[in-house]
Amino acid sequence: MAAMAGRAAALRRSGARFRWRTRVAAGGVRGAAQNAAGRQDYDLLVIGGGSGGLACAKEGTRWGLGGTCVNVGCIPKKLMHQAALLGDRIRDAPHYGWEVPQQVPHDWRKMAEAVQNHVKSLNWGHRVQLQDRKVKYFNIKASFVNEHVVCGVTKGGKETLLSAEHIVIATGGRPRYPTNIEGALEHGITSDDIFWLKESPGKTLVVGASYVALECAGFLTGLSLDTTVMMRSIPLRGFDQQMSSLVTEHMASHGTQFLRGCTPSRVKKLPDGQLQVTWKDLASGREDMGTFDTVLWAIGRVPETRSLNLEKAGVNTNPNTHKILVDAQEATSVPHIYAIGDAAEGRPELTPTATMAGRLLAQRLCGQSSDLMDYDNVPTTVFTPLEYGCVGLSEEEAVARHGEEHVEVYHAFYKPLEFTVAERDSSQCYIKMVCLREPPQLVLGLHFLGPNAGEVTQGFALGIKCGASYTQVMRTVGIHPTCAEEVAKLRITKRSGLEPTVTGC
Amino acid sequence: RLGSVRGVPGSSPPGRRARPWFPGISCTSAEAREELRRRLLGLIEDNRVMIFSKSYCPHSTRVKELFSSLGVEYNILELDQVDDGASVQEVLSEITNQITVPNVFVNKVHMGGCDRTFQAHQSGLLQKLLQKESAYDYDLIVIGGGSGGLACAQEAAILGKKVMVLDFVVPSPQGTSWGLGGTCVNVGCVPKKLMHQAALLGQALSDSRKFGWEYNQQAKHNWETMTEAIQNHIGSLNWSYRVSLREKAVAYVNSYGEFVEHHKIKATNRKGQETCYTAAKFVIATGERPRYLGIQGDKEYCITSDDLFSLPYCPGKTLVVGASYVALECAGFLAGIGLDVTVMVRSVLLRGFDQEMAEKVGSYMEQHGIKFLRKFIPVMVQQLEKGLPGKLKVVAKSTEGPETMEGVYNTVLLAIGRDSCTRKIGLEKIGVKINEKTGKIPVNDVEQTNVPYVYAVGDVLEGKLELTPVAIQAGKLLARRLFGDHLEKCDYINVPTTVFTPLEYGCCGLSEEKAIEVYKKENLEVYHTFFWPLEWTVAGRDNNTCYAKIICNKFNNNRVIGFHILGPNAGEVTQGFAVAMKCGLTKQLLDDTIGIHPTCGEVFTTLEITKSSGLDISQKGC
Repeated sequence: MAAMAGRAAALRRSGARFRWRTRVAAGGVRGAAQNAAGRQDYDLLVIGGGSGGLACAKEGTRWGLGGTCVNVGCIPKKLMHQAALLGDRIRDAPHYGWEVPQQVPHDWRKMAEAVQNHVKSLNWGHRVQLQDRKVKYFNIKASFVNEHVVCGVTKGGKETLLSAEHIVIATGGRPRYPTNIEGALEHGITSDDIFWLKESPGKTLVVGASYVALECAGFLTGLSLDTTVMMRSIPLRGFDQQMSSLVTEHMASHGTQFLRGCTPSRVKKLPDGQLQVTWKDLASGREDMGTFDTVLWAIGRVPETRSLNLEKAGVNTNPNTHKILVDAQEATSVPHIYAIGDAAEGRPELTPTATMAGRLLAQRLCGQSSDLMDYDNVPTTVFTPLEYGCVGLSEEEAVARHGEEHVEVYHAFYKPLEFTVAERDSSQCYIKMVCLREPPQLVLGLHFLGPNAGEVTQGFALGIKCGASYTQVMRTVGIHPTCAEEVAKLRITKRSGLEPTVTGC
Repeated sequence: RLGSVRGVPGSSPPGRRARPWFPGISCTSAEAREELRRRLLGLIEDNRVMIFSKSYCPHSTRVKELFSSLGVEYNILELDQVDDGASVQEVLSEITNQITVPNVFVNKVHMGGCDRTFQAHQSGLLQKLLQKESAYDYDLIVIGGGSGGLACAQEAAILGKKVMVLDFVVPSPQGTSWGLGGTCVNVGCVPKKLMHQAALLGQALSDSRKFGWEYNQQAKHNWETMTEAIQNHIGSLNWSYRVSLREKAVAYVNSYGEFVEHHKIKATNRKGQETCYTAAKFVIATGERPRYLGIQGDKEYCITSDDLFSLPYCPGKTLVVGASYVALECAGFLAGIGLDVTVMVRSVLLRGFDQEMAEKVGSYMEQHGIKFLRKFIPVMVQQLEKGLPGKLKVVAKSTEGPETMEGVYNTVLLAIGRDSCTRKIGLEKIGVKINEKTGKIPVNDVEQTNVPYVYAVGDVLEGKLELTPVAIQAGKLLARRLFGDHLEKCDYINVPTTVFTPLEYGCCGLSEEKAIEVYKKENLEVYHTFFWPLEWTVAGRDNNTCYAKIICNKFNNNRVIGFHILGPNAGEVTQGFAVAMKCGLTKQLLDDTIGIHPTCGEVFTTLEITKSSGLDISQKGC
């Protein structure tokens, strides 16, 4: 869930001879009308309610106002994931000598309130930060009048016109609802809602196989809720498929139910308030039915571009995805209009990616540097119950690019030390390093499934960025006892067909 | 600098392999000469046929042709093709009284030059010497079945060698002993991390309520349950080591090894039965054991980390003596499971580590209920009451003045350092030098002692790191160099490590102090920040406590030469950065890398504030 926080701040050329006049509009812009001389009001105008836009204008502060990440994305998601992990810890604790009750109930209200309070405090913090940076934040909805002028409408309906030399679109995306399923919109919710529910969602059907779907299903299961995931085809499209199936295998063995190859056809509210969902099994064509308290759609996200009147500015979009077409400079079909983050076609929907793209764009616009955003080797982590961290190419992609005979895959199933005493199942704790086969075997991708995958992956992402080879990774001494050290101990190639299970130290 | 051994192209018999020559030695000083001598003896020792020759010398060529025609593998050092050939020739003449080449050795016997070799061939002596296959029982005997020793033994066995491991745990003064696997598995990393995990779970339990999990009573901890579970796990590891040795046909003997003469070791088992074994090569991997204070009552009443992890009763109110990482880790998890813990520190915390980080580790512990008594040393321990645990009175005196103090504890844990197990293994019988003061064994860059056929790995090494993975790496690479076709040496630079204190401290590369000493302060830029892990926010845990710091060399492209993190999962975070440092990590690369959100590790991709700027690094509360 990338959020583009528009970040506007005074961008200065070196020596501060020239101060950029910058505006950020979360969903819109308010400003003075175009001045008489035909000069534009601002050098840079950012349209964006997410996190990416804000980064464009101010260098230094990382998170802007709210946006998806803070409000309905990474932050509440990871906190609820943490709540679920703590449930595991409570179950681990007796093995380590702690005397705790067998069945510990979970109070959704209490968790949600704590999570929401934290998010609100972040919103406040961001506002204060923007003030500190002498950036004004306006809550207005924006649309293009022409290629230099944007019209902003306040909640009260008041219109203002604003013109700028450069315009950055960073409006992000919102969860998509299915359009052809009866009752979907009325009775279903999305990730925009789940984190703000005051009451427990109860028995939940999660529709979709995106990482949002699996993460939500994961923590709901972890919070002891009856959870089912319905997916049409494969999980985590675009990610390494071996890893993806291990992720779902782990979830399935920890209580999440899966309905594979199914699509919902109807959602009906029953008199008792429960939701009756009808679905179709695509293989057999049979219909089936089940009742749930909550139906969560996580079938993808749509960019917030349609209300922008992009055609008036001449900005081209992909007619299917409605995402804005951009080049390596993040420029759209109109050279002085740029798009970053989820609204841009072909970009990973990740907060830090959007933030960095925004920052680099701003630096280019004010002439501080000419560095382009590197969209390869973007590390990310899926916070499913067993976390999946990755950077670089999936095995499929490596094979597609280099050919199977040029790719060497090192892999291992390992057992985290902490799992032993806790008697936890480690069948899916797995590491895979995808390398070029020719010495020194450049690392193309790293895939790590296990606890703290995000923490493990970050440093290796740096290593890959530094051009690490398999040889160099092997020369690095491990930190004992950690899970990350298993990466530095990978010895078995897939090609060898040898048993990849790590035994002993 | 010496070059590498080169065979004559085309004339090499199949399977003959070239050995590396040793780099980095200048043969001017007496020390370097001694080193060269040792290496030459090593070559003679290591090769069935060793020929010192010159590539253009016709006599040398004849000798090589002779061995080729006999189908015998040989190794050559061409003195004219190495930079320091003249020095080699001199040292050889000291060893053999022969100044000319070729200079031929067969099965460690000095054969002589070309004529002598051909005479020996005619008389049949050469064939006899060649037939004399290894006169030793084993190719390799490893003394000590810890991480380094086992890694070396197993690797040598994989390479087809006949290997024995001697492992014997001398019981601690309290009577504790354990199985195969050495310190790490039995009384080190493994049980330590598991007890640390128990303590972290205690923290998780209290966090969990903030995250909506509901239970009423304060969770109590049961020491016996924990210890039993951990000991069961260790038992399974001991077993898996034995199985693994058996699978690789390594002879494992549970006896105490002691050199009696060259190439010969005496093994004494628990019943006092003695057996002698011989081997071509030996590896000393005997490790270290905790040190005692040498004061009244210490061995009688105090325990060490050797005893703690299998202690059959809860230690109760505990005094930890020392400020090593062992001391702080033990103090940390004991407090974490709810015990009253005091740490008595003579001088600094975590000597050798970055002192700013060390102080932060200490202050976090202090804020979380662990008491520190600074600048005191115990002078007497007295038993007040017997029991499990009993009651002990500790008298301590100030290191700065005449002040003394007394305290009563259930348990006193000594963690003041460790001593190498090198003084009672007969090293003097075969002339292996140790540092008399520390007991450590000096080795060269290929882990070889002053006695060419004796090597050492692990904690017994002088000036090397005392870390399990380092010992494993060193042991494995040593076996590959001795018996395989590998040349790679153990790299002791930029080794990452993590101290598993309540707030974990991970680091790689130089401490700030060391960096300043090596590079001068003005050439460095230090970037740092506090950070607040997302999971801590809702849990209401301290802000401005977790801390990240990197040290960059300004005049080498801002290359990162020191990496330090204080925070949860520091070990997991640090590992990947260590790989990056191996690959030449710079500040620019950190800035260019996208963070993984929300993690602690991502803090390193957004470091902006330099220490020299003096700017505030505290995180604003929301």
